[in-house]
Amino acid sequence: MKTVFARTAVLKDCSTHYCPGCGHGIAHRLVAEAIDELGIQGRTIGIAPVGCSVLLYDYIDVDCIEVAHGRAPAVATGMKRTNPDKIVFSYQGDGDLASIGAAEILHAGHRGEQLTVIFINNAVYGMTGGQMAPTTMLNQVTTTSPKGRSAVEQGYPLQVSEVMAVLPGVVYVERTALDGGAGVRKTKKAIKHAFELQVEGAPGLALVEVLSPCPTYWRMPPAKAMKRIREEMSKFFPVGRLKG
Amino acid sequence: MAGKITIDIEKCKGCGLCVAVCPKGSIVISSESNAKGYFPARPTNVDCTGCGECAVVCPDAVITVYRDDSRKAGSAGQRREANGAGVSRG
Amino acid sequence: MSERVLMCGNKALAEAAILAGCDAYFGYPITPQNEIPAYMSRRMPEEGRVFVQSESELAAISMVFGASATGKRAMTTSSSPGISLMQEGISYLAGAELPAVVVNVMRGGPGLGNIAPSQSDYFQATRGGGHGDYRTIVLAPSTVQEMVDFMPLAFDLADQYTMTVLVLADGILGQMMEPVVLEKKQSKRKLPPKDWALTGANGRKQHIVRSLWLADGRLEEQNRKLQTKYEQVLKNEVLFEDYRLEGAEVVVVAYGVAARIARSAVDSAREEGIAAGLIRPITLWPFPTERIGKAADKYGLFLAVEMNMGQMVEDVRLAVEGKASVLFHGRSGGGVPAVEDIVGILRQASGSGGGEKGVGKRK
Repeated sequence: MKTVFARTAVLKDCSTHYCPGCGHGIAHRLVAEAIDELGIQGRTIGIAPVGCSVLLYDYIDVDCIEVAHGRAPAVATGMKRTNPDKIVFSYQGDGDLASIGAAEILHAGHRGEQLTVIFINNAVYGMTGGQMAPTTMLNQVTTTSPKGRSAVEQGYPLQVSEVMAVLPGVVYVERTALDGGAGVRKTKKAIKHAFELQVEGAPGLALVEVLSPCPTYWRMPPAKAMKRIREEMSKFFPVGRLKG
Repeated sequence: MAGKITIDIEKCKGCGLCVAVCPKGSIVISSESNAKGYFPARPTNVDCTGCGECAVVCPDAVITVYRDDSRKAGSAGQRREANGAGVSRG
Repeated sequence: MSERVLMCGNKALAEAAILAGCDAYFGYPITPQNEIPAYMSRRMPEEGRVFVQSESELAAISMVFGASATGKRAMTTSSSPGISLMQEGISYLAGAELPAVVVNVMRGGPGLGNIAPSQSDYFQATRGGGHGDYRTIVLAPSTVQEMVDFMPLAFDLADQYTMTVLVLADGILGQMMEPVVLEKKQSKRKLPPKDWALTGANGRKQHIVRSLWLADGRLEEQNRKLQTKYEQVLKNEVLFEDYRLEGAEVVVVAYGVAARIARSAVDSAREEGIAAGLIRPITLWPFPTERIGKAADKYGLFLAVEMNMGQMVEDVRLAVEGKASVLFHGRSGGGVPAVEDIVGILRQASGSGGGEKGVGKRK
């Protein structure tokens, strides 16, 4: 029998701290597989955000840096500008990228920094216990929107991909969803493409927004969380290739 | 049997995603917990075609998928390659 | 002999940073240091190096963080409000033990303050405006030539101790023009290799630059490691200058531009027969505590002169430990101490304090 699927060596041989069914685990694997298949493990530098995935460096076996909340795109700019031959990727959650780091991602795109940005959107702050994020859906209950998010009170879910796609310095934007086998495969293709663009020296920023299940703070089993992405989340955040 | 999977039960957290997506229902949740106290998934490998759907959705990359491709003609149903599902090592 | 060039402090500092091997400059517009990013935006590309105008000072210090983590010499410059925005980043640089050079061309504060010169960020600079037990080396130039000379020194200290070096100038030094000598000097220090740098784990184990230490007791261990480093700095890197202390009845303590003014006051006082002297701290951290403590055994009266409401005076009092009295004269919000005001205080202090009560003559 032939092995048709095996754990990539770019994933370190250990279990993760992520909750059962967490989308980060899948996304980490896809990033690791993309790095493995493109043969760039030896020249890739990863940036870990502040949030559930702060411990990214414990799982993805590349040189990594852990940065202040929201500042990853600026740190990545400093790295890439001084090391144009390296492949620099920023892996961020929705609180990190869309809330405190909104200016940094906007300006990295505005400047056309040649970076790969993996944006995990699970519509909630996970590490700190389930607070509302900029991408929290209308009526979604969180610890800081206990009666469900209301547009009047807390505004509308922020569509980062659409905003970024407008910037000329952004060369590729795709939104995918970890909502089942097909969705994970599309996410893998998008992530790999976002890395390929940087390897080929594309003149701008590549962003993949990944709708991701957070079973713990959506308070539902993992399979149901994926169903929620298919049925509810993708209405607020339409999947597809927005640019490039 | 055209396919088979193995599960690293010590890293598995029993999230059940593989169980949910397996088209043949050939993965179950074990009744014995692992060292961390999770009840991991357990392959029965009954009717497993090695399609790899389980490995694709696994958040902890604990599933390795094998397939017997020698009887290509006889494989029933949609031939779903586990392509793009990660590195295949011959 | 390389020739002298008439340059304002801001531009002189920028060119000196280039000569010191600065690989990357990240900055944001703020008066009174705008000449630096403007100068760097022209000169760095000429040298094939990196210049980025960031979207904010938060981003600027983060860009320094990224470039430095890959082993490059990186710097940023700003002025008081901008430096406040950089405090979190500086705390991260300390926690992750990354070298960096940050220049604060101080202006009036607090709040938007004004764009006039001041020294009112002394506490922030020497106590650290960010979170956690950390230090930064603080260099205080008082001439445009020192603005030049302190850049290679700052980069060397940053690399030697893998920490942030803050150059604390002010609006006068930044805008003032003086003839300077600009030359590339070979560093005399043996700097440690940057074997921790993020260069891509090609054929080696993964490098991680981090400041998060969650395991029980691990962060305390990291803090102890930082403290032993800081103790080395305290032992080896204190810089100060004594001026006309022989037989002094009153010792003025002042740094930066205030020290230039104090020097003139000391000269005028001496001409009137008032025995005044000056100790000029050059490193504000590590502060010349030992030097001033010893001086307090000999001199009974100190006068701290600053362009703020009284900050360095506290360090003088700590150094003196009650062995002598410490007066303070300060102007704030852009006000600059006048020579004659200082001489007036010296005159009055040495008249009443001075000889009779033996305050000044302690063995």
